[in-house]
This record gives sequence, C-alpha cells and structure tokens, in this order.
Amino acid sequence: MVEVRTFEITNKLGIHARVAAKLAETANRFQADTFLEKDGVEINGRSILGILTLYCPQGSRLTIRVEGVDSREAIAAFAGLIEAKFGET
Amino acid sequence: MADDQKKTFVIKGIGVSPGIVIGRAYLFDRQDAQVPFYNLSNPGLISAEIQRFRKALRESEKQLLELKNKLGDLGGGMEPLYIIDVHIMIMRDRKFIDRTLKNIREMSVNAEWAVRMTLDKYREIFDRMEDDYLRGRISDIQYAGQRILTNLAGKERAAIHSGEGVIIIASDLSPADTAQLKIDKVLGFATDVGGKTSHTAIVARSIAIPAVLGLESITRAVRTNDDIIIDGSAGVVIVHPDPEIRKRYEEKKRLYEKAQDDLLDYARLPAVTKDHYGVEIGGNIEFIEEIPSAVLHGADGIGLYRTEFIYINREQLPDEEDHLAHYRSVVGVKGLSWATIRTFDLGGDKFFPDMKPSRELNPQLGLRGIRFCLKEVALFKVQLRAILRASVLGKLRIMFPMISGIEEIREAKRIFAEVKNELLAKGMELGKDIEIGIMIEVPSAVIVAEELAKEVDFFSIGTNDLIQYVLAIDRINERVTYLYEPLHPAVLRLIKQVVDIGHRAGIRVAMCGEMAGDPAYTMILLGLELDELSMNPLAIPRVKKIIRGATLKESKALLKKVMTFSSVSEIRSFVGAVMRKRFPEDFPVNGP
Repeated sequence: MVEVRTFEITNKLGIHARVAAKLAETANRFQADTFLEKDGVEINGRSILGILTLYCPQGSRLTIRVEGVDSREAIAAFAGLIEAKFGET
Repeated sequence: MADDQKKTFVIKGIGVSPGIVIGRAYLFDRQDAQVPFYNLSNPGLISAEIQRFRKALRESEKQLLELKNKLGDLGGGMEPLYIIDVHIMIMRDRKFIDRTLKNIREMSVNAEWAVRMTLDKYREIFDRMEDDYLRGRISDIQYAGQRILTNLAGKERAAIHSGEGVIIIASDLSPADTAQLKIDKVLGFATDVGGKTSHTAIVARSIAIPAVLGLESITRAVRTNDDIIIDGSAGVVIVHPDPEIRKRYEEKKRLYEKAQDDLLDYARLPAVTKDHYGVEIGGNIEFIEEIPSAVLHGADGIGLYRTEFIYINREQLPDEEDHLAHYRSVVGVKGLSWATIRTFDLGGDKFFPDMKPSRELNPQLGLRGIRFCLKEVALFKVQLRAILRASVLGKLRIMFPMISGIEEIREAKRIFAEVKNELLAKGMELGKDIEIGIMIEVPSAVIVAEELAKEVDFFSIGTNDLIQYVLAIDRINERVTYLYEPLHPAVLRLIKQVVDIGHRAGIRVAMCGEMAGDPAYTMILLGLELDELSMNPLAIPRVKKIIRGATLKESKALLKKVMTFSSVSEIRSFVGAVMRKRFPEDFPVNGP
C-alpha cells in the first residue's frame, strides 16, 4: 500500500535538528518505508541527516511517500506532526 | 620587572546573554588530542579500521546516553537534553555510517580521516543553504563527529575541574561540553563562533550567566588564567583590564545586579521634580554598543563618550576614518538629543604598542589626557578632525579632560580652531553649534573656574578624579580607599563653587562622575542645581525615580543644612536619614 501527500512547512524555523529528529523517529515507528521529496530530491525518511540536507525552510513544499502495511497510519502520523507545526510557532 | 600589567585589549562579538562578569579565563580546548590522518599501508588493515570506527561509534553513543541520564537527573527541563538525542540519531544515521565506511574501504584511509571526510561533505552541503538558522545546524553534525574522533583517539575527554569559578573561553561549546563543565563554577562564556541561537547562548541564558559569542579570535588571544571582563549586554570582552577599567566595570556589574525591571517604567519618564524642576540626564558610555542601553534606560543624550577604547586593541594608531566610524554612531542617534565626546584621556604608554615613554611612578599625576594630547598634536588633530566631521550629524559637544589652567584650554581651543578652519577651507560641511567644554576634575580648575568659564560653553564635573585629587588618595590603593568620600564637605563645597560660577557666567554645568549615578546623592545634586547628570545607563531609572519623587525646594533645604556641617560623618548620617525617610522603598533601614 502506498500513500502520498504533499505538505507545506509552516513553522517559523523550518525543518531544523529537533524537527528532523521528530520526523525520523516517526518514520522509524512504522514498518512502512518512508521517502521525503523536495524539489526532485528524494531521501530516506529514517535518516535525520537526509532530512536535514533536504533543506526545508519555512514555506517549503515537502512530499511524503509511505510504502508498506501500515502506510495509512504512518501518513496520518506525519500529517498530524506537520499540521501541528511540530509543536512550534 | 615589578609591573605585571599586560596591555589591555578589547574583542567585540555578539552579546547573547546579558550581564557583566569579571574573572579568570579558562581555555577549553576540545581538540587537545591531535587527530592523526594516514593512508592504510595495505588493504588488509581495512577491516580493522572499520572495527575501530564501529567501536568509537558505540562508545560515543554510550557516553551520550550516560550524559543524558545525568542531565535528566538534574531536572530543570534544560533545553539541551533534546539535542543530545539529535546527536545520538546522527551517530546512528545510516547515511553517515555508510559514507564513512565507504571512505575507509574505497580511499583506504584510517577511520579518523574517513570521519573527517564525511564531516567535510556535510559542511559542503550545509554551506550552500541560504537560511542562516538551518545552515547553522551543521554544528550538530560536527559535535557528533568530534566526539567520535575523540573516542577514536582512545582518550576519554577529561572533565574540566574549574576550581573557584572561571570564564570559559572556547572555539565553540556543544551542549555536551557545557554539561561536563561544573556549571555552578562557570561565571561566563566567550567563544569564537556562534550567535544568538547557538546552544551556548541558550545554555548561558537558561543559567543566567553572561556570554559573548562570535568573537572570532578569542581562543588565540586569551590564555588560561588571564584576567578578563565579559560584558554580555554590550557584546564586549576586555582582556587584561587595567585597574581603572576594572574598577569601572565593578561598578557596572554592581549596577547591573541591582537594576530591576520594574524600575524601567521610570526610564521613559522625564527627570522632573514634583515642583517642575527639570534635570537633563546623560548616559556615560565607552562602546557604541552601549548606546541602545542608554536609550532603553532613559538617557536624554550621551553625556560622556569615553574615546579611549578606540585606541585600544590595535596594531597601529586609529586613523581619522576609524575615529569617524565610531563618532557617526554616537552623534545624532534617534531618541537622544546630544552627544558629548571626550577627547583621549589616558597616558600614551598604556595602549600604543610602539610607544614607550618613560615609566611613570604615578600615572594619575603624569602625562595624560590633555597634557599628552598637547604634546602629541598630530595625534590629537586626527581625533579632532573626526569629531568635527561627525558634527553635521547632530548636536555635538566636545570635552577636554584634565584641564588644570587657562593655558591648556586656550591651546586646545587654538588647535581645535586650526583643524576646523582647515576643514572649512576644504569645503567640508560642519555642524553650526558645536559646544566646547572641559572636565572639572583637577582642583586647580575649580579655583580658576571663573576664568575658565569665559573660555567654554560648559563644565562637566568628573567627580571620580576630582575627589581623589582633592583628598589626595589613590583610588587603586586599597589602604586609603576608606577616605574616598563624595560627601566630604570639601568636595561638596568645590562642586557648589563650580555650579555657582558656571551659572553666573551663563554656562551649563554637568556632572559625569559615579556620584551622579548614585541615588543616595540625587537630592544633594538636585539642591546643587546641576543642569545635567550623566551616569552609567543602568543607574538612570533609579535616579529618575528619586528626582520625580522629590522637590527642588526640599533638596535645596537639605543642601543648605548639609553645608553647615563640618564633618563627613555628620553629613553622611543626615543625608542617609533624609533619604530613608523620603524613599523608604529605595533605602531600607537595614539596607547596605
């Protein structure tokens, strides 16, 4: 099963270390494989360094693709995290 | 040689955590162990190198987990905790590990070199990022890498035993570094790199100690045990402060610690007594970085800009443009109505590296201030030219220090006019109403004040020097400091004489010594009818509070009574009693 959704990054600081850690932790919680894509570059969602090097300041559009048995739950978890601005402003 | 005083110098950076600390430096050097880089002599060594790398990874992770537990036990919800998780995740990152293993295998290099290559690769990627904050996150990767390198060196990092309390000097500090310091023993931070958002800044603010970052060269300029001052509010570090500067900063530190935010309400209000008598309030500054603090704390103008620091910390003497760059920031500041610039007021020996005048046994009475400037006219003219050029920007007052008699002010004015005419001849536009004034700090100037008043537009009483000269005490000599007494009847009479003579001559009389900023003396100074009180910006709100709560009438009555006493102790106890009665909140009975 594959889920794909595109999000806008709206928190002020963008995807910095702590946020990248939260995303990678989320990816690691699920069996499904997660891939993050921005501007044609795709990285493995389990890699904090991959996420950081993707470079997502505020306003970036990030596409998340999840493949695996629990992909629906995984994409919902990502959506919740991003829509809550990672608990930031 | 008996004189151990090293040359004072200043390094400017970014003040990220406010406050002032005076203490000894401790140079923190994480890279004590030099990292060896080498090519593997044969491919058979590759697997051994990979084992070393994996072991260092495991050890690094274990150390961070222990550190996290230790920090967690401390409680207090310190922000740096999460960042340790980030560092652990970086060490576990597949990409990070794979890149490094690939370096070892394909390049046939030792593990240290392979890690360094991985770090360099990430630096390259991050360097291309436009966003400052995100680009700055490379530091997390470097911290993680640094720890792995340390473990590869096989030497556990020695915890710092900082003893009685030190100021930490470092290139940069990771949260792990700061956690390993005995935090209660750290008095302040000064680092080469970093800014307002870096971890050191966050830690410094959370434990409320002063910090200045982004100093670029502090680790090269400072050695362990050097005397240093950190002003986290202005973003300035002063190394080897000489006794005068040290004393000034002890005062600033005291004021900072006493300053209360609720008093800031008074900053915005005018300094007017209940019976509508107004006093102008100036701020004393020595760095242009202090101007925002002067505005914030309610200065009407800059009452004393000390220019000595323009000369400090240089290989060569400052040229006209160097001076002008500073004066441009001081004159015409929004929210401030004037700036009084004082010309160079030190002995030449202190700061110019290539100048070695004869050693002076008593520099306070030596070739300094205007005496030095009148001997080094070429040097003096550079400063005067820059001051004149800044005069188009706003209301400017120029002030000559250490004037002891009429010849000195006339000579200073002659040189000033000469420079002015040279600039005008060149078609330079200058301010129309530059005022010329003198510091009244040498007792002889008080005695001939009537004549001096005819030469100038204003007086500014420098009480620090006036008191030490008139009472014949060396302020640096602790055995006689007990004699230093602003309320000495001789001092009060001298001040009164200066104000009366100045006002009879129709000129402005200001005070810019520490006495002006001490609220215990505010009513006395009101009674003396000084036109301007200029002080450390931090002192302004409290002094304003006293002025606004008092009347000119009662202040004059207090002064009149005080002038009838013949001893310091009578004056002190009388003034103390009045202040406690009138302002019980500010002068508690059991207070200091």
